[in-house]
Amino acid sequence: MDLLLPPLFPDLLLDLLSMALLIGGVFLGISGAVGVIRFPDFYTRVHAAGVTDTLSAGMILAGLMLQAGFTLVTVKLAFILLFLWLTSPVASHALARAATHTGAKPVTATSGEPSSSN
Amino acid sequence: MFAATAIGILVVMALALARAFLGPTICDRILAVNMFGTKTVLLIAVYGFLTGRPDFLDIAITYALINFIGVIAVLKFVEGLADSERQPRPDEF
Amino acid sequence: MLYFLSLFAVLFGFWLLLSGLWDHGLLLGLGLISSAFVAWIGTRLERPGGDGFEPGMLLRLPRYLGWLLVAIVQANIDVVRRIWDPVAHPISPVTGRLPASQRTRLGKTLYANSITLTPGTVAIEVSDADVLVHALSREAFDDLAGGEMERRVLALECGAGHPAGHRDGEAQG
Repeated sequence: MDLLLPPLFPDLLLDLLSMALLIGGVFLGISGAVGVIRFPDFYTRVHAAGVTDTLSAGMILAGLMLQAGFTLVTVKLAFILLFLWLTSPVASHALARAATHTGAKPVTATSGEPSSSN
Repeated sequence: MFAATAIGILVVMALALARAFLGPTICDRILAVNMFGTKTVLLIAVYGFLTGRPDFLDIAITYALINFIGVIAVLKFVEGLADSERQPRPDEF
Repeated sequence: MLYFLSLFAVLFGFWLLLSGLWDHGLLLGLGLISSAFVAWIGTRLERPGGDGFEPGMLLRLPRYLGWLLVAIVQANIDVVRRIWDPVAHPISPVTGRLPASQRTRLGKTLYANSITLTPGTVAIEVSDADVLVHALSREAFDDLAGGEMERRVLALECGAGHPAGHRDGEAQG
């Protein structure tokens, strides 16, 4: 890293970028948590939780990756990110499906018109 | 910097825990627990950097795997429970 | 056999990644044995061939993932706005069915996963012809109903030259 790009990416700049990513990730995480507290029913809360699972986790892990540089640590962080992004939609979908099975209705929902034939 | 991140993640976890206590439905609680688990993975990773011990990342990976499987297992159980409650109960065994 | 080999390669790569010790004969041997064993169990569990995977998809995947990443970032910004400023950006939850024209189970899975991965829309139920979607806002629902994501998953599945929406009765796995 240092050999390739000494003038463009000094450590300070890398630190700043990583700090920005970490702060952004924490901000998104808190936003999602506030949404989970604030939103009116279960189905809307799933969307708020989705924010903390996708971009918040991605930004925090990306910030850590910048700190680690090109090492095995970065590969492991990338693997955690990949795994989180593969599993979080499955968990969300399973949650929503289980909620319909328990009979929970999306109380605030207006029904969308089926936009085509089926 | 890592300490501040860790504190931020702890705040998120506290809010998720509040939703887990508030409920009201069981799915809300599982949603909160799932979110809590995801944040735990991030917290472990950040803590590894904070203490300069990258071995913690292995624990984070394992935690991510276990968290996912655990949530799916609990959801299967809840789904089956809800379905069986809707069925007429057997009179006797 | 291809399924066994690819699963074995992925598992052994995972082993190497986790152990980090690449010159330790005993650990490598144990990794080979357990990867092969788990891959063998995998071939017994799964029926490969029914899910519609073809190698060409791997080439088209990066382009789709890049588009999906942008869509995820936009959706995140939208949801965060609705959380912090509910007066200017009120939520208006919508549920509705959207057609899923993907031909294989893999394509439908990718589509439903992409819907759920973008905050603001969640796939609740997936059937052969359509997906039941819950959206945080009418805008997010209409955006999805516009069909760009559906078209892109279809292109990922069948190649760019494939006429989109061409649904002939191909058997579902």
